[in-house]
Amino acid sequence: MSVPDSQAPQSSALRISDISEAVIRIAGNSQDGIQAIGGFLARLAGRSEQEVMTFMTIPSTISGGPSIFQVRIGSGEVLSAGDEADVLLAFYQHSYQEHLHSLKRGGIVVYDSDHVEPSQDAMGSFRHIGVPISGRTVEAIGGVGREKGKNVFALGLLARMFHLDVQKLERLITERFTGKDASVAENAVTAFQAGYGFQLENVVELFRFIEAEKRGHSQVVMNGNEAIAYGAIAAGVRFGAGYPITPWTDVMELLRRELPKYGGSFIQCEDEIASISMAIGASYAGGVALTGSSGPGIALKTEALGWAVMAEMPLVIIDVQRGGPSTGMPTNVEQSDLNIACFGGHGDSPRVVVAPANVEDCFYTTIDAVNIARKYSVPVILLTDQAIGSRIEAFDEPDLKAVCQEIPVDLTPVADHKPYDLSSPDGISYHVVPGTRIASGRYPIATGLEHDEYGHPSGSPKLHMAMTAKRRKKLQALARELPTPTVFGAPDGEVLLVGWGSTQGPIREAVTRARGEGQSISALHLKYINPLPNGLSEIFKKFKHVFVLEMNDGGLYGYGQLAGLLRAHVCDDRIRGINKCDGLTWKIREILDQVRDRVIPPASGPVASGAK
Amino acid sequence: MSQTIAFQMPVRPAGAAVPPIADGDRKPLTKKEIAGDHPTWCPGCGDFSVLALYYKLIEKRRILHEKVTTVAGIGCSSRFPYFVQAHGAHFIHGRALPFASGISLSRPDLHVFAFSGDGDAFSIGGNHFSHTARKNIKMTLVVMDNWVYGLTKKQTSPTSPIGFKSKTDIWGAVDQPINPVKQALATGATFIARTSSTNPNHLLQMMEAALDHDGFSFIQCLSECVEFFPGAFDPANPRKGGKFNEIPKEHDVTDEAAAYKLASDPFPGYFGIFYRASRPTKNTLEAKINADAQAKVKGLLPWQILQKTFERMR
Repeated sequence: MSVPDSQAPQSSALRISDISEAVIRIAGNSQDGIQAIGGFLARLAGRSEQEVMTFMTIPSTISGGPSIFQVRIGSGEVLSAGDEADVLLAFYQHSYQEHLHSLKRGGIVVYDSDHVEPSQDAMGSFRHIGVPISGRTVEAIGGVGREKGKNVFALGLLARMFHLDVQKLERLITERFTGKDASVAENAVTAFQAGYGFQLENVVELFRFIEAEKRGHSQVVMNGNEAIAYGAIAAGVRFGAGYPITPWTDVMELLRRELPKYGGSFIQCEDEIASISMAIGASYAGGVALTGSSGPGIALKTEALGWAVMAEMPLVIIDVQRGGPSTGMPTNVEQSDLNIACFGGHGDSPRVVVAPANVEDCFYTTIDAVNIARKYSVPVILLTDQAIGSRIEAFDEPDLKAVCQEIPVDLTPVADHKPYDLSSPDGISYHVVPGTRIASGRYPIATGLEHDEYGHPSGSPKLHMAMTAKRRKKLQALARELPTPTVFGAPDGEVLLVGWGSTQGPIREAVTRARGEGQSISALHLKYINPLPNGLSEIFKKFKHVFVLEMNDGGLYGYGQLAGLLRAHVCDDRIRGINKCDGLTWKIREILDQVRDRVIPPASGPVASGAK
Repeated sequence: MSQTIAFQMPVRPAGAAVPPIADGDRKPLTKKEIAGDHPTWCPGCGDFSVLALYYKLIEKRRILHEKVTTVAGIGCSSRFPYFVQAHGAHFIHGRALPFASGISLSRPDLHVFAFSGDGDAFSIGGNHFSHTARKNIKMTLVVMDNWVYGLTKKQTSPTSPIGFKSKTDIWGAVDQPINPVKQALATGATFIARTSSTNPNHLLQMMEAALDHDGFSFIQCLSECVEFFPGAFDPANPRKGGKFNEIPKEHDVTDEAAAYKLASDPFPGYFGIFYRASRPTKNTLEAKINADAQAKVKGLLPWQILQKTFERMR
């Protein structure tokens, strides 16, 4: 957003500037409902066919504590939540002090003058607008709401500043509070109108988003955790089990609430081990069941995961990564579970690991995960993270009629059945479920012991070799089915930035910006982590430098977890790491600085908009 | 933007079609049909008797072959599923109950039997024992209690009596043993029985009563380890000069306090049904939640239900 430096005359009519995007950071305490304002803005953007991405921090405390919600709305492509804010809305002194630095120079800070004493030093760098938010809210809705409605009052202020669609917003507010006491919705709308009608002083201009290109398609707005849960439902998952742990809990809460509508159940278990065990039991009984957790919980699940590999049981495990090890940083983001996802457990236990890139991808990748589990009779770990789980995005509403599938339980009698048939092509066998009559009278056992083709224990060295190979060959066959990822930007050049999971957006934005400045830099995003798709070595060879950018530690040898996997896979020692583990998502500036520190890509002439 | 991969799902090979048989025309299973691998237990192990009576239960109650689902964790006892020619799973140590719960809660047409030992059920799996009992998940759990770890060759178990000399307590066990009946009572189990592998008639009676119970039914079955704790249960075996005290006829099986008192009687104590209560199962409660939820979306296909949800998220 561009804010002109010129001081406009106080008395004249307000100028309205057209903007294509804006980054708004709302800072307050976690109980102030600032997530709600952000949510309203995000949904409004979705309904207005704009792109949106949010970013939030929540304190790892039981109740309360400083919290922020940042929303970036754009009429064009939005790939990250934005490095710097155009507008800061500060509810308290601490919000003001802590977050003023996140505002770009010349940006606007709107503060609650009932709580904030602005700093005289900052007056010159940022445009200050004081509004007695708390007092005016109480005035507007009386003592009943107390300070409860001040978030909606502030939303009214923003609606005014950014020329937002008041009707749509009021409808969103009403929808949100429907079902509660009617006075709650009324109060909220009253507070909103009070904020909208408030005469802003010191305001020199208002902003208006240029209209987004019409998509001709409605958008849905949700966060990554929601997208995973709905993806599982769309994929036909009808049983799940879990134990609460931040930041995975939202997924289980949603499935617990929604699955009954589809005749399914999500069971809250006594612990992480029971959760995965129950899910595996349900998969054994038919269908594909789901469990999930975050770091520590995933560690607890690894023994049972090994059983699912050995017994060849389909299962989907969601890992919403957070900072680790141990309790670590529960409400911060990190990509440090890649190793445990790929290798956690004892013995040779090949399993599948996939990682969605954004919120929309969470929905579709969960469906892929279910289908991989089903087809290859294997546990699939879906690696997502706190950032993608909690951030809100708008995306094209899926064609649910086409996408949704059911996984029927097939009880058709069979003549004979070998669940571990060594002659099955590529080692891909399947199970018949309990309740299926087997005419031969030979019934299979699902087991964690090394076994013969019917599942009966065997200590035969030859059989252990053959069965181990069978479990591995399935995933080699899967690798052949996976699409080779395409390079973002030019297919060859100086620098290739490799990323996985939620870093896709920031990496693409960084690459687009750098290419615009004439740098020879491209990006490759890996969604399938284990097995890796074929063809990576050929891609890497086209670049002089290959950097793997991750939100984890650079490790003992100078590269992170995916980089280690890639080095082992393609044997290319040009692969190096760009790592950080500060618990926050990559900023565009950080990425570009890190690349520049390692190599200054020579100019290769400005690259037009080819980076798509 | 994103799309899913169109995976070709595996199709069952088109083998010879199996002619359907009406349930009424099914012959009862013979012992030969239901017997699986030859048991790997030591000769004289009490578990043989439990296995034989499980076959008998299936024969007698005419349970359809394919509906028999046997689940176990790890331990001597937990080799059980291999010895039954029926659907079954041999899961990891201590977790047979949550695995069995997954089957029970998603497949109401099956009666799930879990077989366990004292280490599997009360030590490594102790948490699951409590929670499966309190949730009253429909299944039968038979714990073959031998007071010792057998598969790992004589370590102290959670039911080993104080003073029992094992490889981990060479001077004799010092920790207070668990009383399984009392523990089951305290965690809210709705069917609790105690029996012994040396009394086949009584064992079968208990299994039948457990099968008929709508809920989590728990049987503690004394089952001697002839290798590592021989003679442990002689005081409960009349053939060895002991006494098999059946629970007095006048005991009210719905009286929790009376059951607790009975269970406190020193070894060999009483045998029979200590407690039986009627409480809605988790299976029923979840089905009710589902029926209520589905009533609101009646007539809609899954994708249409999801569509309605997405419409609210636009």
